[in-house]
Amino acid sequence: MGHFKDIWGFLRTRKKWWLIPIITVLLLLSLIIVLSQGSALAPFIYAIF
Amino acid sequence: MGISAFYHDSAACLVHNGRIVAAAQEERFTRKKHDHRFPENAIAYCLEEGDITAEDLSYVSFYDKPFLKFERLLETYLTFAPSGLNSYLKAMPLWLKEKLWMGDLIKKNLPGYKCDISYPEHHQSHAASAFFPSPFEEAAIITMDGVGEWTTASWGIGSANRIDLHSELHFPHSLGLLYTAFTYYTGFKVNNGEYKVMGLAPYGKPKYVQTIFDNLIDLREDGSFRLDMSYFNYCQGLTMTSDKFHKLFGGPPRKPESNINQREMDLAASVQAVTEEIMLRTARHVRRETGHRNLCLAGGVALNCVANGKILRERIFDDIWIQPAAGDAGGSLGAALFIWYQILGNKRNVDGVNDLQRGSYLGPGWDDDEIESWLSTAGFPFRRMDETDLINTISDDITAGRVIGWFGGRMEFGPRALGNRSIIGDARSESMQSTINLKIKYRESFRPFAPTVLIEDVEEYFEIDRASPYMLLVAPVRKSHRRELSEEEEKLFGMEKLRIPRSDIPAITHVDYSSRLQTVSRKDNPRYHRLISNFKVKTGYGIVINTSFNVRGEPIVCTPEDAYLCFMRTEMDILALGNCLLKKDDQPPLEQEKEHSPEKRKSHKVKSKPKLRKFGLIMTGAFAALCVLLYLRNAILMPYAAGLSGFFLFSALLYPKLLWPIEKFWMKLASVMSYIMTRVLLTLVYFLAVVPTGLIMRLLLKKPLQLDFKREMKTYWVDVNPEGPCSRSEKQY
Repeated sequence: MGHFKDIWGFLRTRKKWWLIPIITVLLLLSLIIVLSQGSALAPFIYAIF
Repeated sequence: MGISAFYHDSAACLVHNGRIVAAAQEERFTRKKHDHRFPENAIAYCLEEGDITAEDLSYVSFYDKPFLKFERLLETYLTFAPSGLNSYLKAMPLWLKEKLWMGDLIKKNLPGYKCDISYPEHHQSHAASAFFPSPFEEAAIITMDGVGEWTTASWGIGSANRIDLHSELHFPHSLGLLYTAFTYYTGFKVNNGEYKVMGLAPYGKPKYVQTIFDNLIDLREDGSFRLDMSYFNYCQGLTMTSDKFHKLFGGPPRKPESNINQREMDLAASVQAVTEEIMLRTARHVRRETGHRNLCLAGGVALNCVANGKILRERIFDDIWIQPAAGDAGGSLGAALFIWYQILGNKRNVDGVNDLQRGSYLGPGWDDDEIESWLSTAGFPFRRMDETDLINTISDDITAGRVIGWFGGRMEFGPRALGNRSIIGDARSESMQSTINLKIKYRESFRPFAPTVLIEDVEEYFEIDRASPYMLLVAPVRKSHRRELSEEEEKLFGMEKLRIPRSDIPAITHVDYSSRLQTVSRKDNPRYHRLISNFKVKTGYGIVINTSFNVRGEPIVCTPEDAYLCFMRTEMDILALGNCLLKKDDQPPLEQEKEHSPEKRKSHKVKSKPKLRKFGLIMTGAFAALCVLLYLRNAILMPYAAGLSGFFLFSALLYPKLLWPIEKFWMKLASVMSYIMTRVLLTLVYFLAVVPTGLIMRLLLKKPLQLDFKREMKTYWVDVNPEGPCSRSEKQY
């Protein structure tokens, strides 16, 4: 959770509002990649797409 | 603990009570040159050297601000979209997997470390690495490199235990990247071949300087500049230069490993001249603005020792101190010292003469007993001697024209070998340069060698009035040692110059009579100093060739085993491992290539039983879930899923080893699917989010990157915001 707070703090401090949509999508993608990397579940997760 | 990683040359550094205990680059352990991966081996070494565990660390500091770097990357894509997809697809997977989760990654690799992590700004880390270990109480600081977060160059002041950066230049306008663009264009490897360009420059004529100033760059009197980005491709592509650049300089880039022609030499001479001009103008400006008489330098560009030597000879500053690990590896040292001095406010004691870098001998070392034990176990013939006998024997060998592998003490931190991991030879020999280049280093014959000279003799050989302990200054060979060239010899140009001896120390005299010298003092390296002193007694010359102990494409050796393998794979004659002497003729041939790459070793590891069991249970659960899903849909495949679930459960509980080939195949499949899916999803994000946002921003005239030349602006230096990123070391932005 702290990580997402940091990213929000970054967007707010730097006032980079136009990055919000891109960063949100990339973070979701990042979560998928991080959670599935090195895991035997990865082929099941990717099969959903 | 300071850590640098994920661009090139990752490294770690441990500081205890202000003393640099250990520092090392990851490449030395993994044997992968410029290894940029997280420096887990370097960290483990630093902890071992400090005799502590991660739990004992009080502070951990990462050398830059990942979120700001990510911002720069995204805004660059927004500026250039839709071109830039390839660069985006190459960069993003690593960001999403690791770089965006830096805090977690560091804590995962430092089990037990519970405190916060600091993130100084990239050029703050460089500046800290330049000023804090320097001998100066006060000094001006200049940092220049490719790029950090947004900054590509900065200057400021260091005073007592503080550094304050005043001004900076921003991406994409970068002296480091300009030099790298020419490195790429002249056919050398980016982030690796810059030294070769510097070494090639004296063979050429700077005939493209005006073309560069007229077209590529708008340079101001104060050293600030902007580049015309239409000539470059590094923002949006996977190459450094654009077609417009190629048209301007009359052709495509030289193909790597193809012949080097006069054109490449002239291009190298030209970009070197431009670099020197920018550095000199910046140095003069910083001297005027700060009023300080001493200068500290860091950042990759500070490894351009030819330009450093010019700054020194122009007498812009009274004295200069350059961080020996001036590139990104040194950022780890800067990040650690930044915490100790700037954040914690500890007192800094300097005497104006001696620096705090400890000769840069900050890496792992092996004592004679350890070396002897390893050699005995391995069964390699050697003779253990006392140091006096060894030095006497080795200096005889140098005199006889033999090439020596000289290994001892702690490994150097930074790209230069300074007498602990060196190959040495006779500087008086006319054939030594080509012998070492072609038979030992297996590198281009034009590349010059550096000398190590006794500190007390430096003015005898070179036009320089001070020490150069880290091989970061270039100075001319003194006229009294030069050889007069005949009229015919004077007319030679390009590589033809190489064959003509130019002094009585030809092996270290470059074609323009320059030399990148290292001075050695008894205090910094007594063993090496004794060796050269002994050689001087026999020959009258207190100077030897010193080149790094490695072959082309490999990092400098770290362990006695690395040194032995390098010795055996080349035509080196003698190896001194500490006080153990090995002769090539006595050694058995290397029967098979020793696997000393940790990665190779890893690939042979068979997964342990618990891991295979865990894999089996996960698969049991996954197929069971699939089975339920198929049952609900009345699918005919349901019994197969149930069968597989049962098989995995049975195997996991009773015979996990049975799962080994399946696990191997399955994980390979996972990694292939991950590779493909990540790129497919990233491409979708690019066209659905990045491109539209970029186009909208362009319609609204929003420009994240300042690309245009602004003739009306007096300077391109930008004031550092006192409340900006440099003031938030606890944040990743």
